[in-house]
Amino acid sequence: MRNRQITNYIVFLGPAGVIVLLFFVMPVLVDIGIAFTDMGRDLQVTKFTLRNFERAFTGDSRLPKVISLTFIYVFFTLAIFNVTFGLVLALTTTAIPKGGGFFRSVWLMPRMSPSVVYIVLWIWAVHGGEASLVNQIAMNVFGVEKPLDLLSNTPVMLIILSNGFIGASFGMIILTSAIRGIPDHLFYAAKADGAGSLSIVRHIVMPALRWPLTYITIWQTLSLLVSFEYIILLTGGGPFQDTTVYALYVYRRTFQSGQYAYGAALALFLIIPGILIAISAWRFTNMQQLLQRPRIEVQ
Amino acid sequence: MARIEFKNIEKRFDDVVVIPGMDLVINDGEFVALLGPSGCGKSTSLFMLAGIYLPSGGDLLFDEHRVNEVEARDRNVGIVFQSYALYPHMTVRDNIRFPLRFKKVPDAEAKRRVREAAELVQVAELMNRRPSQLSGGQQQRVALARALVKDPQLLLLDEPLSNLDATLRLTMRTEIKALQERLGVTTILVTHDQLEATTMADRIICMREGEIEQIGSPDDLYLRPETLFVAGFIGSPPINILHGQVDSEKLRVGEAVAPLVGVGNGPFSIGLRPEHLEFGDSGVPARVIQTEPMGREILYVAESPLGLIRVLESGSQVNHRIGEETRIAFDPSNTLLFEEATGRRLDGAHFHLNTTARAA
Repeated sequence: MRNRQITNYIVFLGPAGVIVLLFFVMPVLVDIGIAFTDMGRDLQVTKFTLRNFERAFTGDSRLPKVISLTFIYVFFTLAIFNVTFGLVLALTTTAIPKGGGFFRSVWLMPRMSPSVVYIVLWIWAVHGGEASLVNQIAMNVFGVEKPLDLLSNTPVMLIILSNGFIGASFGMIILTSAIRGIPDHLFYAAKADGAGSLSIVRHIVMPALRWPLTYITIWQTLSLLVSFEYIILLTGGGPFQDTTVYALYVYRRTFQSGQYAYGAALALFLIIPGILIAISAWRFTNMQQLLQRPRIEVQ
Repeated sequence: MARIEFKNIEKRFDDVVVIPGMDLVINDGEFVALLGPSGCGKSTSLFMLAGIYLPSGGDLLFDEHRVNEVEARDRNVGIVFQSYALYPHMTVRDNIRFPLRFKKVPDAEAKRRVREAAELVQVAELMNRRPSQLSGGQQQRVALARALVKDPQLLLLDEPLSNLDATLRLTMRTEIKALQERLGVTTILVTHDQLEATTMADRIICMREGEIEQIGSPDDLYLRPETLFVAGFIGSPPINILHGQVDSEKLRVGEAVAPLVGVGNGPFSIGLRPEHLEFGDSGVPARVIQTEPMGREILYVAESPLGLIRVLESGSQVNHRIGEETRIAFDPSNTLLFEEATGRRLDGAHFHLNTTARAA
């Protein structure tokens, strides 16, 4: 019986365990190892050293700017789009009797389209020439005289917008299903108790979304911190270094300048907060409970 | 308090007609039950009263005022749902106080009314708990307090007892009835459980497929059902329905024949309550095939030339064993005769099946 149990564990959890080990645990260990070496473009390790950390803390003058940009980027993308706008989309599309699904699909399209296609559309819309969508509207409708060059002048706003348009759908889907999970009788009861639409949102819907909102915030913070795909396609991190967020900076240091050891050390700073946030989320927000059973009970 | 009137009320969901046209008056302070099987339109009617559904046609009147389009929040209707629908994140106190939030009740008065409502249903000591920390019966009481705290002109109860265990159901039945009598609030109970309806309500409205089959006191429905449906729906164990044929002033049921004057030829159904039948030396021959002791009574199922017949005998002693050959006699004044074409009862049609029939 006991042997059978062990066999079951190996058969059912083994494959997943191997994947976790190979693709999640090993890279972290390898990264930690490399961070303490002097590995460069030639991939040779000649000695173990703390030089990379010294450099990160004292010798890298660009790092403070990169970090503050990263905070701005993550904070505003989250606050405006991934959480707030996702919530607004979920509330509005579940409140209207028909057509909610259509609007939700529209907001899913950026996520479904290939990133290159999506960014090509953005570039077409905002590039500095007179033919861009923004400039055609600005010049023909609002009478602006010179074409706007948003990519050069407001690049941070553009990376927030382009990531936010994609990120909103994640919150929208999770919150929509959370709202759908609230039993109809609660809405009926609230109506009979005299609550109007806004009161229902405030007293019935929002309390039920507390857990999903926490989850979305944590998940999206982590994912925004480490992704730079759309930024590198849209602005390439520029102009100058204006839109080089931390993950992109690490990428450039590591793979473009060939400073593997330094890149590994920088990446470590991303891995550690990631693990800490994930663990504290598990601990403090009772994620276990969130993942195990819905907070709203139906009898 | 209010007098409620349905005037040719109709309810459709897209093309599906749930209630084709309903007329009903519920008097001020009355306790009525809407009784029927699931899908009969009773909950739809309740939701229209609450303002959750809007009628598709007709007039809904509260004290002679038309309220068809009045929003739920402006109706002052208290409602207790089958699931109780307590707000899961609020304490008992906040749950009961919730309706007062929207009535601009001064704080001191709100506190007093919440306390009074809680005391009324005996949950005053549970004020700081959350619904998940309450038993089913306590949740039920909190739901009642929340419905009553705003002093509603109409109290709606949607299957309020179906989630309680049998003992608690009995207690709550008594308590709700006593509470209603004390407060005098017009109350409408929706239920599929005939026992709930007959024990609590002054009047029962028996519904089927969106139409009212019969309105009457519990006695009316039990002793004088107007239709075959009501006869079959009311009563537990259910009434025996035997199928027969009238042909030139003779009613034939299986091999039994009885004279029956004054009705036309055609198929008829005969309703016989199990407790109106008894085993004896005369009557229809039958063989006991099943015995079900029910405490104070024993239910026998017997096979006869007329089909299966249920007989209820009082007492806790099983007097007839399975396989016993006996006869079933009945009192002709307690037979109900229904015309099968219309399903309606023929008033005053009693008959006496002759007893010469023999098992085949």
